[in-house]
Formats: sequence, structure tokens, C-alpha cells
Amino acid sequence: MKDSYRDGIIYSNIEISPDIYEIVLEGDFRGVPGQFYMVRGWNTLDPFLPRPISIADIENGRLKLLYEIRGRGTHIISKLKKGDILSVLGPLGNGFDLKKEGKIALITGGIGIAPMLFLAKNLAGEIHIYSGFRKNAYFLDQIRPYIKSLNIATEDGSVGHKGFVTELFNPSEYDFVYTCGPTSMMEAVMNICKDNVPVFVSMESRMACGIGACLGCTVKTIRGMERVCKEGPVFKGEEVMLND
Amino acid sequence: MTKVEILGIELKNPVIAASGTFGFGREFDEYFPIEKLGGISTKGLTLNKRDGNKGIRIYETPSGLMNSIGLQNPGVMGFIKDELPFMEKKDTIILANLGGSTLDDYLEAIELLNETSIHFIELNISCPNVKEGGMAFGIKCNTAFEVVKEAKKISKKPMIVKLSPNAENIKDMAYTCVEAGAHGLSLVNTFNALAIDIYKRKPIFENVRAGLSGPCIKPIALRMVHEVSKVVNVPIIGIGGIVNAEDAIEFIMAGATAIQVGSGNFIKPDLSIDIIRGIEDFMNKEGIKSLEEIRGII
Repeated sequence: MKDSYRDGIIYSNIEISPDIYEIVLEGDFRGVPGQFYMVRGWNTLDPFLPRPISIADIENGRLKLLYEIRGRGTHIISKLKKGDILSVLGPLGNGFDLKKEGKIALITGGIGIAPMLFLAKNLAGEIHIYSGFRKNAYFLDQIRPYIKSLNIATEDGSVGHKGFVTELFNPSEYDFVYTCGPTSMMEAVMNICKDNVPVFVSMESRMACGIGACLGCTVKTIRGMERVCKEGPVFKGEEVMLND
Repeated sequence: MTKVEILGIELKNPVIAASGTFGFGREFDEYFPIEKLGGISTKGLTLNKRDGNKGIRIYETPSGLMNSIGLQNPGVMGFIKDELPFMEKKDTIILANLGGSTLDDYLEAIELLNETSIHFIELNISCPNVKEGGMAFGIKCNTAFEVVKEAKKISKKPMIVKLSPNAENIKDMAYTCVEAGAHGLSLVNTFNALAIDIYKRKPIFENVRAGLSGPCIKPIALRMVHEVSKVVNVPIIGIGGIVNAEDAIEFIMAGATAIQVGSGNFIKPDLSIDIIRGIEDFMNKEGIKSLEEIRGII
């Protein structure tokens, strides 16, 4: 049997950029890059649903999650302090393919940076990262030791290239691409890479159960409807039909 | 001690997993042995496979959620071939939840289910998320009468009709369904509801409306179960925002023989186990030997 929700004791919970938090839980957590946990930071019926948050890192059993304040749930979690409890279920879903080698590009948009530290640490290839943000760049200092090059774009030009991160990237230089971010950005990445280089996409979706039962997070693929929480969140780019 | 009987079929306890929140039990069986449940109502089936609705399917509301899944399911044949063999191995009662967009679809699907090991058909005339799909039958008494009467004629399984709270009058609807031949009733399905994205100036859901469930609807669902229990003489399964044993016992006191846990399954996968234990504790504390002692006492 798998564990149901269990208590994670908060080791730290810090704002690393406006509205972007990094929370670390004590314990013996497991998981692979690209998997996620469902989390609940309250004992009440309101907010009603737990929140899916991808694994940012696991070190000595400590689980690190990176999250953006999007609504009431993440707002409540952001107020939790060291020693408080975050209830968690996981690890859930299927992570990234870690067996790929060669020259690999990680392309992220906003909070889509979250799974990339853990991924970069566990990929054997030569890794180059392309990260886009609205204004402030974050989390990159932690990833820097594990990558060959860092390319940043911001929409307002405050850091790095002014514009979209996809404008910095040349697919013909790479053997594989891993991407996580807003659907519109991942669509652009898939279009650029089409017929050039294989892409792995990590999907984000609203979820209720997180374990594959409610069908609230399904996405259309070449095999039919699949669940972001169960068959995903990582899919092969050529298999997923984002527009349908 | 917690066992209950519905139409001659014994459930080891009154807690049933509600349709659409529990798949076919496979995912939850990884977290607790699903045979501990009194029963499982399958994901809503239709004669043919459906991909379900596009766009956002889940939206949280205060103490609840709205959904517009749109009856994504493998079709009755897919269920019989790929899901039922798994469920059959579990020692629990199976309710095949069946929706349809035409009377013929319902009837053809019932003929297929007649030949299987399922224990009950839960006739869904109340899904709000499919055009012409189910709920059209569950609003007006005369259309409900027609579909239940025809379904009853060919069904070899005991038939529980799942009612929509969106019915014009829930008491008339319940009475009509029983007149038409329903062996039992389950209520309520989700409430037709609306949410708007004020920045996009558009509805959240592509179908505009979606179904509201969760603790926010519980008091209304409880009132409806209570009202219906006064006008019909068939077993009632109470549904609507049940998240703990106290909620479940309220529904039983209001007249339900069994209850279903729906949205509560999203709080944690093994919530139903807590509810079953809580019912046992309550019975011990209150010196209740059988749930019949408290059923419908309000």
C-alpha cells in the first residue's frame, strides 16, 4: 500500500522572489525529477482541494518545493513557518526520462523552472538552460553548478534578453529538449523543435484527486485522453496535442 | 454491525464511493483495500466511449468544487472488458452508473450490463455536463418517467435512479421515478452552477455551467434526502458533501439507507475508511446495534 497524506514538518519556507517561495520539508521523501506532490497546508474544508506542486529537489530525504502564490491555497502555504505541518501525498506521476545523453536544452517559463534543478542534477548530458520570466529571474543560482550555460529572457528586459526565451534558442544545436512552463510557451517550443529535436514537456493542470481517478486533468494525446497526474506530467512532445 | 441491506443485497457498511470521483477503484486500491467499502459506484458509463469535455474541467469554490468532466469513460463494452474484471475480484458491491443521451442508448447499455456480475444499475438521469446527456431526463417528471419505465422493463438488475437536485421539484421527481419502477433512489447529483473569469470576461467552463459538489451543498442535499424519504417507500442512498462520519449519520437519520462519498475522496484517498470507523465509533458510543435503529428518525 502507498501512504495516504502524511505530515511533513517544515524546515524552511522563504520568499526567494516576489510571490515565489521555496519550502523545505524534513523527512525521508522519495521521488524523481518531474514527479510532484499534492500538498495541503490547512485542516479545514476551505480551501477544499490540495495543490499539486512539482519536486524542486530532494536532498538527504528533505523535500524542496518551489511555488508561486496563485490563489488562496498557495497564499496560506506561504504563511507557514518552520516547524509547522504541510500535509503531503506523493510522489505522484511519471517524471522525466533521465537516460538521455548528449547536448540537452532545458527551456522554462516562469515557475516552470521548479523541476529543473533536480533534473539537471540527475541528467548525464551537457545541459544548457533557457529560462524566461516576466520580470524577476529566480532559482537559477542553485541550478548554475549543474549546467554548462545559462540563458535568461525577461518580458520587460530587466534581466537578460528582452522578449521571449524561445527567441534565444536554436534547436539544431541540441540532441534533446526538456520544457516546463505556460502552455503557450511549451507550444512555441514544440513548434520550433518539430522534426528537429525530440522534446519532453511537463504539463501543468488543475487537479482534484492527483491520483488518476477524477479525470479533471486529462490532456489529448495520440493514444487518446491521458491524465496529467498519472501518465504525465511529463509527455513526449510529439505525443501530446495541446490545442485539442 | 455496520452492515446494511439494499433490495436484498447486503453491504458490509453503508459507505459507497460516488460515481465520477473514484474511477473504477483501481487508483484508490493503491492506498487502501477498496473491499473495505460497502460498495463502489463506477465512473459514469455511456453506451459508447467518450473523451469528455474540453477546457478547464475542475474549479475550486469555497468548501467545494465545480466540475465539467463530461462523462469521459471507456463505454459499457470497455468497462466490461477492461475494468469489471478488476472490480469483480474485490469483495464489494458494484453499482454501474449509467448515463445516456437517448433512450435507445440507455436501453442498449442496460442489455449489455444485464449479462454481467454488477449488483445494481445506478441510472444517471442527472449529469449536468453533457448536452442532452442525462440531466435533460432528470429535470421534468414526464421525461424521467418515460426513461425509467422503459429501463425498468428490460433491466434484470435492481435499478437505483440517481436524481438531480436541479429537478423542478425533487419530491415530485422522486415519486415519479418510483411510480415508473425505480427500485431505489440515490440523491443528489451536482448542482448546476456558474463561475466567471472576470479578467477574461468569460465563463470559466467551456460549457458555461458546471456541476457544484462538496461540503457547501451538504445542507441542501440533506434537506432533499429528508423530503424524498417522506414521499417514497424505496431505499435511498444519500449523497452530497459527506466528508466525515457525522455527515454520514445525518443522512441516515434523514432517511438514507446508505451514503456515497464523492468530492471527499479528493481530501484524501482513504477518507472513506475514516468515515466507516467513525460510524462504528458512534454506534458503540450511542449503543446502536443496527443502523436501522436510527434510519429516518428525523
